[in-house]
Order: sequence, then C-alpha cells, then structure tokens
Amino acid sequence: MINVALPKGRLGEKVYAMFEKAGYECPAIKEVNRKLVFENTQKQIRYFWVKPSDVAIYVARGAADIGVAGKDILLEYAPDVYELLDLQIGKCRMAVAAPKSFHDNGEKTLKVATKFTNIAHRYYADKGREIDIIKLNGSIELAPILGLSDVIVDIVETGATLRENDLEVFGTIVPISARLIANKASFQFKTAEIEKIAAEIGKQVMA
Amino acid sequence: MDDKLLKPEERALFSLRSLYKSYGYLPFKMSKFESYDFYLQHKDFLVSDRVITFNDTDGALLALKPDVTLSIIKNGEDAKGCKQKVFYNENVYRVSPNTHRFREIMQMGLECIGEIDLYDLFEVVSLAAQSLASVSDDFVLQISHLGILSAFLSGEGMTEIFRKQALQCIAEKNVHDLRRICIENGIDADSTERLCSFVGIYGERNKVLQMLEPLCTAPAACAALHTLRALSDLLADLPYSDRIRFDFSIVNDMNYYGGIVFKGFLSGICEGVLSGGQYDSLMSRMNRTSGAIGFALYLDLLEDRQSSADGYDVDVLLLYDETVPYQTVAKHVSGLVAEGLTVSAQKKAPAGIRFRRQIVLGKENTP
Repeated sequence: MINVALPKGRLGEKVYAMFEKAGYECPAIKEVNRKLVFENTQKQIRYFWVKPSDVAIYVARGAADIGVAGKDILLEYAPDVYELLDLQIGKCRMAVAAPKSFHDNGEKTLKVATKFTNIAHRYYADKGREIDIIKLNGSIELAPILGLSDVIVDIVETGATLRENDLEVFGTIVPISARLIANKASFQFKTAEIEKIAAEIGKQVMA
Repeated sequence: MDDKLLKPEERALFSLRSLYKSYGYLPFKMSKFESYDFYLQHKDFLVSDRVITFNDTDGALLALKPDVTLSIIKNGEDAKGCKQKVFYNENVYRVSPNTHRFREIMQMGLECIGEIDLYDLFEVVSLAAQSLASVSDDFVLQISHLGILSAFLSGEGMTEIFRKQALQCIAEKNVHDLRRICIENGIDADSTERLCSFVGIYGERNKVLQMLEPLCTAPAACAALHTLRALSDLLADLPYSDRIRFDFSIVNDMNYYGGIVFKGFLSGICEGVLSGGQYDSLMSRMNRTSGAIGFALYLDLLEDRQSSADGYDVDVLLLYDETVPYQTVAKHVSGLVAEGLTVSAQKKAPAGIRFRRQIVLGKENTP
C-alpha cells in the first residue's frame, strides 16, 4: 500500500487528477463527506488531504510514502526527502518586491519582510548583504507600504496583487512549482511501486 | 531472562555486543565529557557546531560529547601495519534538525582504524549489514563511493558552489533541478547528461556496476569503481547479499568522509538507522597517517519498532486491604509471578492501569 499526502485545495485536486490519469484512481475521494483518508485496496493506494505546508512533514516523518509539495516549502524547511519529479503545475516564483520608488544603495541594513525567512536569509547571505528579517505570517505586501520593511520576499504568481499596491518585482530568487517527493526509507522498501507512480506521472508532465 | 521484556534497543545492544566481540572488536569506554577546545578545533566535522558546555570545578570548559569518532581517533595511535578495532555504546548530545533543540542520541557502533585494506572494507560493511539483520530481516543497506561522486563533480566549470548545489540534488534524486543548475552554470551538454543519468543509477549491485562502467572514464572514477566491484564480489556470498545495494544519493559529509560510505534502513522506521563510511579525510586533518572506517547504529530510533504489544500494563491487578495478612499477599504475588505472569499488587487500582484480570483479596475489595 502506498500512502500519498495530497495538498488541500485547487493544487491538490489537479495533483489527484494526475494520479487518477496515471491509473491510481480512488472514486471515494470525490464523495462529499468529512472523511480524511481514502483508499483503493485494489490499486494498493491510500490518499489523505493535508495542509499544503504540512505535506513535507508527513512525508519526511514517514506517515506518507510520497506526497506533493511546493518547492517553496521544500526550500524553506529542507526536509530530508527525495524530490523525484517536477510536476510543472502550481508554477510561480519566489521574488523580491518593493515599492516602485525603492532604490537599494547598500548604505543601511535592508529590512526584509517575509514568511520564508530561511530562503530570504540564504539569498542575501550569498550576496553578502546585511539584512534584518521581519517574519510575517500573511499580508506581506502591506509591510513596505506602511514602512515596516524596505522589501518583501514572497511568492509571486501573476503579480496582480503587487501591481494593485504599487509594488514591483526587483528580482527572482527561484522558480517554484509542485514537486513529487518521497520518504527516503519508504523508497528503499517500496522502490518499484514508487518508481512506477513517478514514471506514469512523469509521462503526463512530458506530454 | 524473558527476551520479550527487552525493548528493541536493549535487545539490539546485547546481540551487537556479542557480534562485534566475535570479530575481535574490543569495547571502548570513554568519558561523557571532553574539553570544549577539542570540539572547537574540529567543529567542521560535527553534524552541528552547537554543543552543550559547562564549567568543571576548576573552571575548565567542558562539553557533553556530540560525537564519538573524534574521541576514539584522539585516543588512538598510528601503528604501522596494525589496526585498532573497537566498538562502543555511548550517548551523544546533538541539536535535532527537526526541533532545533538538543537531544540525547543512543549510539552503538564500531571503528576500524589503521592501514585499511579491502578485507577491512568488507568486514565493516558486512558487520553493518549483520547489525541491521540482527534487528530485522527487512532491511536495506545502501553503499556509495564518494570517489565516484567527486569524479563526476570535477568537470570543467564545476565550481565549489556548483558542487554543493549538485550534491544536494544528487542526495534528493532530483534530476530536474540538477539539469537546471547545470544549465545556469554553463556546464556542457555531455557532462550535464552524464551527471543527470548518474542520479538514476541505483539498486541491485551488478546492474549498477554495469551501468556505471561506460560513465566512469576518469582514472579516479575507474579506481573507485574497481573498489566497488571488488567489494561487491566479496559481499555476494553473504546470506542477505540482495539487501545490500548501491545508491549514490548517500553523499554524507565530504569534509568527514571519503571513499566508501553507507546508510542502513529498517522497514517501519522513517529514517536511516545506521550511517558510516571511510573517514580518511578526518584522520589526516587530525594528523593521523592511517585510514579508518566505521559506523554507528542509532539505537533510539529502534523505539519505533516497539509494538504496543497487547495493550496491557500488567497481566494481573491484585487488590488487597488491611484485613489481608502480608504473607497472603506475598504468597499470591509470588505464585502468579512463578506462572510467568506480571502482577501489580495495590490497595487501590491506579488510574488508567490496564490489566488482563483482577484478583481481589480482603473484605473491602470483595464485590
């Protein structure tokens, strides 16, 4: 039996559709009820929905053999997992944004508001730039508007929210998309099954 | 002694001690503390540079051991032609990568230090496999060779930063990001393809050796491949040889290790329970001329294998009151224990206790 952690929400539905197309359907998952775990014993697969940011934890701790997590989460928390496939969905980018008038002359410590403190820290450490990280949990775009920070490091999908708030992208840190991940120990004991799933889904990505 | 009473880690401890002794490894006991300066000098080799420190009565700054191997090397001597073979069972104190807090880790392992030859590599790898097999038949031991990894990562334009990023991708079996990094760093198409196909080479040893053959063209890679092939041939006669596989996603710390590295997994445990390899680089950094190979089994992780058994704390809850002579209680308890049952004698049932059956002695407890 392969346990799959799917991220709740629109991305998770897209991911399930890929698993379904790959031959790992589980009709019960489409029923409207409060069940959390869905199983197809014939296909030897069990799905469960979890908060997107928790998928990597379920997989790293072995509660799920495989799962689908955003590259942003993988970069931020660095779970010890295999990253088997780039699913090429949920595409966006991790970027630095600031008010259009912003100019970094390097004279003072840069105040960076972000939910992704590790990614921001690594990005500016590589550049040798001294920063003051302000950890926020939401509405990151508000920080530079109210003078809480000079810039933000956040996920940018279409850039619409930034434009509406007179902010613009000053640099891309890394492209983001959904990734198929696997627990390293599970992979040793369920190699053939996990490889088969990855290969079937891989075919859809390549198509 | 009833073997069932032992926890998995305690059972492993007994069987491993006997196993290591039978191969001539001598017990190595060390102090729980080391001078903090010692770790400060070698902090590059520690999993984390954070250690628990405290002052001794004379003011000297000491540390609770975060690593065993460093202490063994420090106390060993280079002896030409000889090998120092030791095993240990020690607790180390490290910061958990998950909780970012210190935790105590129970390790059992061995070290073979000296002029290491192919037999030593075989002996240590086979003891690692036997250690896993002594806990469970359902295990996998992955072996890699850092010489092959180094050879693949020493092409034109492969900077230190590129190597670090590429190693991360290899450890994750992450071909898509590895390809992206190669393109970003201007690595030529041939090297990129070679590197990316290398990530997909793992599994059954002979299959891996065959696939590696055309890729290992550099002299260093050829030499490493030769060692892997010779080791694989020796391992072929072991009863669980099919559970020992090659997998180059085992990258370990290249500051510490060089040559053969390996990692062991047990079914039902979500992370590697055994880790080891050749640490010649560490030896030379500690001014030792000889080589070394060893491994550690993380006994605390074996807790996960402990079944909840039948869910009972004791077989019998024996309740008595003041009216019952103590001799009667003692006679009942010893009789039940002699039957092989576990008994808790109480005046009142402790909250939450789970028992198979209850025996009530005395007036107050009579239903």
